[in-house]
Amino acid sequence: MTYLADVGTLARKDLLLELRARDTVPAMLLFVVSTLVVFNFALPAGASAEAAYGLLWGALVFTAILGLTRAFAAEREQRVLDGLVLAPCDRSAIWFGKGIAVVAFLALAEVVALPAFALFFEPVSWELVAAVALASVGFAAVGTLLAAMAAASRARELLLPLLFLPLVIPIVVGGVGASIGDDPGRYLGFLALYDLIFAILSWASFEYVVTE
Amino acid sequence: MSTSLRNNRAVALAAVAAALLLLGISLAFYWVPNAPIEGFRQRIFYVHVPIALTAYACFFWAAWKALRLLWTREQRYDLESYTAVHMGVIFGVLTLVTGSIWARTSWGVWWTWSERQLVLFLVLFLFYSAYFMLRYSVEPGPRRANMSAVYALFGVVLIPVSFLAIRLAEGLIHPVVFDRDVGSNLSGSQLLTFLVCFAGMLALAGSLYVNELTGKRLDARLAELREALQ
Amino acid sequence: MIAARGLGRSFGAKHVLRDLDLDVAERDLLLVTGPNGSGKSTLLALCAGLLVPTQGELEVKADRSRIGYLAHEPLVYRELTALENLDLYGRLYRVPERRERIGMLLERYGLWEARRDRVAAFSRGMQQRLALCRALLHEPDLLLLDEPFAGLDEEGAELLDAELGALAGTRTLVLATHDPARVASLATGRLALA
Repeated sequence: MTYLADVGTLARKDLLLELRARDTVPAMLLFVVSTLVVFNFALPAGASAEAAYGLLWGALVFTAILGLTRAFAAEREQRVLDGLVLAPCDRSAIWFGKGIAVVAFLALAEVVALPAFALFFEPVSWELVAAVALASVGFAAVGTLLAAMAAASRARELLLPLLFLPLVIPIVVGGVGASIGDDPGRYLGFLALYDLIFAILSWASFEYVVTE
Repeated sequence: MSTSLRNNRAVALAAVAAALLLLGISLAFYWVPNAPIEGFRQRIFYVHVPIALTAYACFFWAAWKALRLLWTREQRYDLESYTAVHMGVIFGVLTLVTGSIWARTSWGVWWTWSERQLVLFLVLFLFYSAYFMLRYSVEPGPRRANMSAVYALFGVVLIPVSFLAIRLAEGLIHPVVFDRDVGSNLSGSQLLTFLVCFAGMLALAGSLYVNELTGKRLDARLAELREALQ
Repeated sequence: MIAARGLGRSFGAKHVLRDLDLDVAERDLLLVTGPNGSGKSTLLALCAGLLVPTQGELEVKADRSRIGYLAHEPLVYRELTALENLDLYGRLYRVPERRERIGMLLERYGLWEARRDRVAAFSRGMQQRLALCRALLHEPDLLLLDEPFAGLDEEGAELLDAELGALAGTRTLVLATHDPARVASLATGRLALA
C-alpha cells in the first residue's frame, strides 16, 4: 500500500533528521531528569506517594511540549513543508510519519525518565508503563497536529503549550489514575479511548491544517 | 445577510430575548416556590444551568459552522464559527461566575473541584481562550480559517471526553464532597420556569450572535469599499 | 492548462493580485515579469495549489503529481544530503527508476560529486541547482519556476538555459523572472504584473 510506504518514508526521514541534528532527544532527556529533580525540592517532606506520581505526569507533559516544539522546526525554517504538501501523497501521511517519530522520541525520554523516577521517588508498576505508553501515543497524536498549527503562526513556541495543555488534561487524568488508582484497568481503557478518538480526528483533519 | 438598520429579524429576536428573560427571571425569583432543602439560594439554578446549556449550544453551533467551512470552503462560515465561539466563551465565563456564586451560597467556598460542570467549564474556557490566541497569531485568510475550524471541532469532541475524564478523576482526588439537591425530578412549576429561562438565554445568545456577526460583516464590507476606492 | 478569471489574492488587508485573467495552453511558456512585490511568487504559488484565490477563479488542469514547483527557497532539508533529499521526493512522487533518474539529474547539474554532502554545506548556487533537480525529478507536465536563475553562476545558468530549451514546447512552463531577455526567445506569452 503506497499510503503506508509514504508514512514509512516520512517517518524514516524524521528519525534520520534527528539522528543527524541530535538536538531534540538529548534536550528532552536532560529536561525530564532536571524537572524530576526540581520536583523533589518542590515536594514538601512527608508528601504522599500519590503526589510524586502526579508530578511525574506533570514532568511528562512538559517534556512532551519541549519535544513537540521542535517537531516542525526543520520544515518551518526551510519552508520544506510546502514541498511535502505539494507531493501527491495524502497529507495525513505527513502527520502519521511525524507522529511516529514523536512517539519514538518520547519513548526514549521515558526510558530514562521512568528509571530515574523509580530511583528518586516511587516504584514503577507495569500499569504505569502501559499508561505512559498509551499517553505517549495521545501526546503525539494531538501534539503533532497542534505543532503544525503553531508552526504556521507568528507566536510559534508560545502557542503550542496553550493549545496543548487543555487538550491533554484527560491524558493526565488517565495516567495518574492508572498510577495510583485501585482500578488501573479503567483508566488504561480510558487512555486507549482517548487515543482512538483523537488519533482519528487528528488524522482526518491534518490535511486542513497544512493547506488552504 | 442584510446589514440594514431596519433588519426586522434581528430586532425581533432581541425583543423576544428580552421578553423571555424578563419573564423567566420573574418566574424564577417571584413565582416558583422555594426548593425543599436549599431554599431561596437554589434559585440561581434557573440562571446558571440555562447559561451553561447555552454555552454548550454555542460551541456546537461553532463546530457545525466549522464543519461547513471545511466541507464547502466558503469563507463566510469562518466568521460565523468565530462569532459562535465568542458567544460560547462569554456564556462560559458567565457559567463560571454564576456557578461560583452558587457554590459560595451553598457551601461557603468560591470554588470546588467536586463540581463537575464547573471543572468542565474551566477546561473549556482554557481551550477556547487558546482559540483566540491561535486566531490572533495567524494572518487572516483561508489558512487561519481552516485551522480555527479544525480547532473548533476538537473543542466539541473534547467536551464529552473531558467530562468523562473529570468523572474518572473524582475517584482519585478525595475532595470534600458537596452534595446538591438539584432534584432530577423537577416539579411542574420548576420545569416551566427552567424552560422559559433556557429559551430566554438561547434567544439572548442568538441575538448577540446576530448582532456581532452583522457588525463584523459591516466592518469587512467597509474595509472592502475603502480598498476599492484606493 | 491554466485558466484564471478575475483572479485575486489578498493577505489580510493587502491585495497582492487583483482581477487577473489568464490563459495558458498546454506546452506554452509564459513569462511573468514585474517588480518586487507585484505578485509573481503569489501567482505561481496559486497555480501550484499552495494558496487558494480570495477572489475570482483559477483552474489548473494538472494534479499534484504532474506539477513541478521551484520556489524562492530550495525546499530541501539542510541536514540531509542531496541524495537523501532527492530520494525522499523521489519516493513521495513515485518516480519510476528512482535511483537512475536521481543519478542522471545530479550528474547533469554537476552535483554528483557533492551528492553525499549535507545541503547545509552547499553554496547558494548549488542549493538552487538541487532545487531544480527536485522540481524536475518526476518529469512534470507543468513547471512553475519562480526566478530560477537566481543564485546560479554562469555555468549553472547555461545548464538551465539548455534545460529550458529542451522543455519548451514539450511541457507547459510558467516562469517568473527579473531577467526576461534570457528566455524571451522561448516565450509564447508574457504577463507583466504591476
